[in-house]
Amino acid sequence: MKKLVSIHLFKINNMEQKTKINAEDGKQDLMITREFDLPLELLFKAYAAPEIVEQWMGTKVLKLESKKHGSYQFETTDAHGNVVFKANGVIHEFSPNRKITRTFEMDNTPFGVQLEVYEFEQLTDDTSKLNMHVIYESAAQRDQVLALPFAQGLNMAHNRIQEILNTLNN
Amino acid sequence: MNLRRDIFQAMADPTRRAILLLLASQTMTAGAIASNFDTARPTVSKHLQILTECQLLEHKQNGREIYYQINAKKMKEVADFIEPFRKMWDDRFNKLETIMKNYKSQNNEH
Repeated sequence: MKKLVSIHLFKINNMEQKTKINAEDGKQDLMITREFDLPLELLFKAYAAPEIVEQWMGTKVLKLESKKHGSYQFETTDAHGNVVFKANGVIHEFSPNRKITRTFEMDNTPFGVQLEVYEFEQLTDDTSKLNMHVIYESAAQRDQVLALPFAQGLNMAHNRIQEILNTLNN
Repeated sequence: MNLRRDIFQAMADPTRRAILLLLASQTMTAGAIASNFDTARPTVSKHLQILTECQLLEHKQNGREIYYQINAKKMKEVADFIEPFRKMWDDRFNKLETIMKNYKSQNNEH
């Protein structure tokens, strides 16, 4: 069993890491950075245009006013029309192709409000970079948000190991 | 008798996964953990025992109370704690990139 675990970790560590997360122990913020194969203008448009945000975020955009003092609302419903995700926030700064500062809050969760500072950077004519700085109300809240996909992933990790074991047993 | 329980068997249970999530950022007493579930207290105790046996949880005696906490070192053996969060964003950004590449080629055709 021990051997299987290390094989699993080996795969994770060798994946291409285009997206980087920097979350220092005990801090209440984190930094997400990513380089895109896209010109700066297109990267920024993906954050500013509601119909495009809808596509890559996989949520309905009820409202998105891309301007200073504008606000936004996202909502996702399941097949039965039940709301499974709802979030909202206000935009503090909106500087085209440069910077967006906004708040983000998920409804009906204990995670509080987070402050998000997006910096858009041109690398070449065809490539760009996003720095996303997220500040939480406390270090504990940051860690809870970080742990969410981890907890959901435990299930998947278990299934994957189970699949390997099944293959070996057959 | 198998003394060291299997980690993945321990994690397969939804209640035990919920307990790990609860303890992700804090230490808690058995009572405080149990108050988050509808299940009977002895059932929660059994889950805590299983998680402790496979070393995913550690406990410390503090006066009359026993405090439970995540064994971060053991957790890291199973999977990097931050990796699923990173993967979630990576998938999202990959989608953004694909959508905008299509958008670009569509606009160039016009």
